[in-house]
Amino acid sequence: MKYFIVNALLALILAPVLFGVINKVKAFFAGRKGPRIMQTWYDIFKLLRKGTVYSTSSTWIFRIAPVGTLAACLMALLFLPLGYAHSPLGFQGDALLFLYLLGLGRMLTVLGALDTASSFEGMGAARELQFSVISEGTLLLLLAFLAIQSGSCELSVMLCGRPCDFWGASAPSMVLSAVALYVVLLTECCRVPVDDPETHLELTMIHEAMILDNSGPDLAFIHYGAGLKLWIFGSIFAALVIPAGAFSPWMGTLVMTGICFILAVAVGITESMMARYRFLKVPQMLMGGFCIEFGALALLLLLGGVK
Amino acid sequence: MKNFLELKNCSAVSLEAIPVLEFANFRQTLIDTVGNEKHRVAAFFPLRKEGEELLCVIMIDSEKQCLYCSAARAEKNYIALTPEAPQFHWFERELFEKYGYTPQGHPWLKPIRKADGEYFTMAGDAVNEVAVGPVHAGVIEPGHFRFQCMGEKVYSLEISLGYQSRGVEKLLEGAFSSRTLPLFESAAGDSAAAAATGGASLFEALSGTEVSLRAQQLRALMIELERVANHTGDLGALAGDVAYLPTASFCGRIRGEYLNMSAEICGNRFGRNYIQPGGVRYDVEPARCEKLLKWLDRINPELKHALDLMFDSPTVLDRFETTGCVSLETARSIGLVGCAARASGMDMDVRRELPAGFYKVDVPAAVPGGSGDVLSRARIRYNEIFASLDFIGRNLRNLAEGPVMTPFEADKLQKNSMAVAITGAWRGELCQIVVTDEKGNIAQSRIVDPSFHNWFGLAMALRNEEISNFPICNKSFNLSYCGHDL
Repeated sequence: MKYFIVNALLALILAPVLFGVINKVKAFFAGRKGPRIMQTWYDIFKLLRKGTVYSTSSTWIFRIAPVGTLAACLMALLFLPLGYAHSPLGFQGDALLFLYLLGLGRMLTVLGALDTASSFEGMGAARELQFSVISEGTLLLLLAFLAIQSGSCELSVMLCGRPCDFWGASAPSMVLSAVALYVVLLTECCRVPVDDPETHLELTMIHEAMILDNSGPDLAFIHYGAGLKLWIFGSIFAALVIPAGAFSPWMGTLVMTGICFILAVAVGITESMMARYRFLKVPQMLMGGFCIEFGALALLLLLGGVK
Repeated sequence: MKNFLELKNCSAVSLEAIPVLEFANFRQTLIDTVGNEKHRVAAFFPLRKEGEELLCVIMIDSEKQCLYCSAARAEKNYIALTPEAPQFHWFERELFEKYGYTPQGHPWLKPIRKADGEYFTMAGDAVNEVAVGPVHAGVIEPGHFRFQCMGEKVYSLEISLGYQSRGVEKLLEGAFSSRTLPLFESAAGDSAAAAATGGASLFEALSGTEVSLRAQQLRALMIELERVANHTGDLGALAGDVAYLPTASFCGRIRGEYLNMSAEICGNRFGRNYIQPGGVRYDVEPARCEKLLKWLDRINPELKHALDLMFDSPTVLDRFETTGCVSLETARSIGLVGCAARASGMDMDVRRELPAGFYKVDVPAAVPGGSGDVLSRARIRYNEIFASLDFIGRNLRNLAEGPVMTPFEADKLQKNSMAVAITGAWRGELCQIVVTDEKGNIAQSRIVDPSFHNWFGLAMALRNEEISNFPICNKSFNLSYCGHDL
């Protein structure tokens, strides 16, 4: 419990810093200095001090959407075994709740976007839903993969209670799962090649288009929620690839935090090396991710490694 | 050509010499000639001559390397040329808006510079209309874009401009003054060197001033530096729009280097206030020549490296290829000009077709055309950059001897005359016309920016395209709003 609280606090503090790392890496490849590592935090504090503007055509849905999305993200985060410490909230089957919490957050963002009746936000919402149909499927398959490997449906056990030698037992499917999870991470966190967080072009945006009308503290919540989402997927990735139990609790904290930052560097490198895909190509990539995870699951069942 | 006055580029003619035809004959001749491979329209405007208003046309003959000029008396509700010669589409809408003509049978007769609030619309439950601008999310000029879409697919794009309208043509009227050339330059500030060169040659033609070869050479250097800087900036912006960061960042900086070279020559990064009737203001001494050459040697490989990164990246090529295609047939019928037209496979370049000034002596190498997509427009610019850099290098090493300024007498302009200059600005041909009255003052002026011809090309490029590809299509043309709006 003590470890979990420390790890949760660490996640809440460090999550927005991941964007700082990504931006530093991108700046390095572009030959620039880039914004400061803590810039997202500065932005959040700045936005929290500002007022919020609501369009007269929007309703209460638009007002609760940012807070609701952040709350859903926070809840989802707390079900994860942060720093390899068993989540005190966990129960049998919480993996599905976790999935639905992420879905709830997305639903609120999309409804908030549609509520503004702006054509840009409508387009962004349509794209978000189109892509998430596939990426959610991939995530579901991944959870099934973990459930089979661990013999449990509780997230903490699924991620940390697996036999230590799962790399030896099912290396190919582990590699495939890691690749698929990376694709899901890029999609869910709105990174290149799916979305371009830097763009100012309304017509090509996804996530940014949905939040064009948000301002002040609402926008701060959205930015913070986006950071938490990145941390969520980073933690899952860490727990997926590095077996738990091989190190002391504090070492676990260090490893998971380290992997989250290494992932941020990887995202930064990915964004510096490639252009974003045209929208017609994105579902192809996502279907690729889905098939890879499906392959991982099939290999696991065929070749063993099941607890 | 029968009944048409043959003109040299950058020359003046007496208004008396312009043939006045029967309108039916005039109309038929234009329909027969414009739109074939050799002829295209450069300007179509009402010319005031001895109190009466004539419709005057300037046509480019790319084969005979000359201009044709003719005029006709037209009723205010004459029969439109557009249905048979779509190149006149925009010109006739301008006549409608500014001069009260109502060409009969024009398919889409509405103002081009003042939105009337009516747009082409599609009906149906699944149709969504997207309106962008005139205020954009970026430091760019204002323009309004109306998309009619089904999902991500664009069926029609209507572009509504005019937010930058300043009345430049009207401001130019009156006696020649120190304001005249700056007005030409500010019509579209990113083509200032080309605009000043064209504007200066109008008054040189009207006053019979001879310009030294060295001055002409320096003018051409400025135009080519301007071309390189703009193409570099646009290619970087294209990379930025597909989220390819390295090229976007490098090009932003390197564009600045070329602008600074312009500043090194004349003290202004955009080459303003350098070119004057009679020559150029400052000479480039051997020491500065040497400095510029060293500078170019340092920067050119950096630019090549930055651009090659992008053109070697499969994800970028995938975005550019087959995106925003303007077919050769479309390009020819709507009268696309400049690098956009060359990218669609049209073999046209006024620096070669109508050589004026130093381009009679030396021209940057011709670059191969393309298939009309964003990649072709990007490649054309890439190739033009290095052709221009070659031209700049060899001419800096080999500057002609002589003075850079010959005296120009502004009060000795030919009276009752018209001067026409067509200059190869970086976007394409820039047509400038001034008409003098009986005192030698400017009675009428006319500027046809390349963007005037090309905006409709952008609308065509978006047909059946994904709406998310609009930014790269737009950037591949990068047309001027102020040059169009004047």
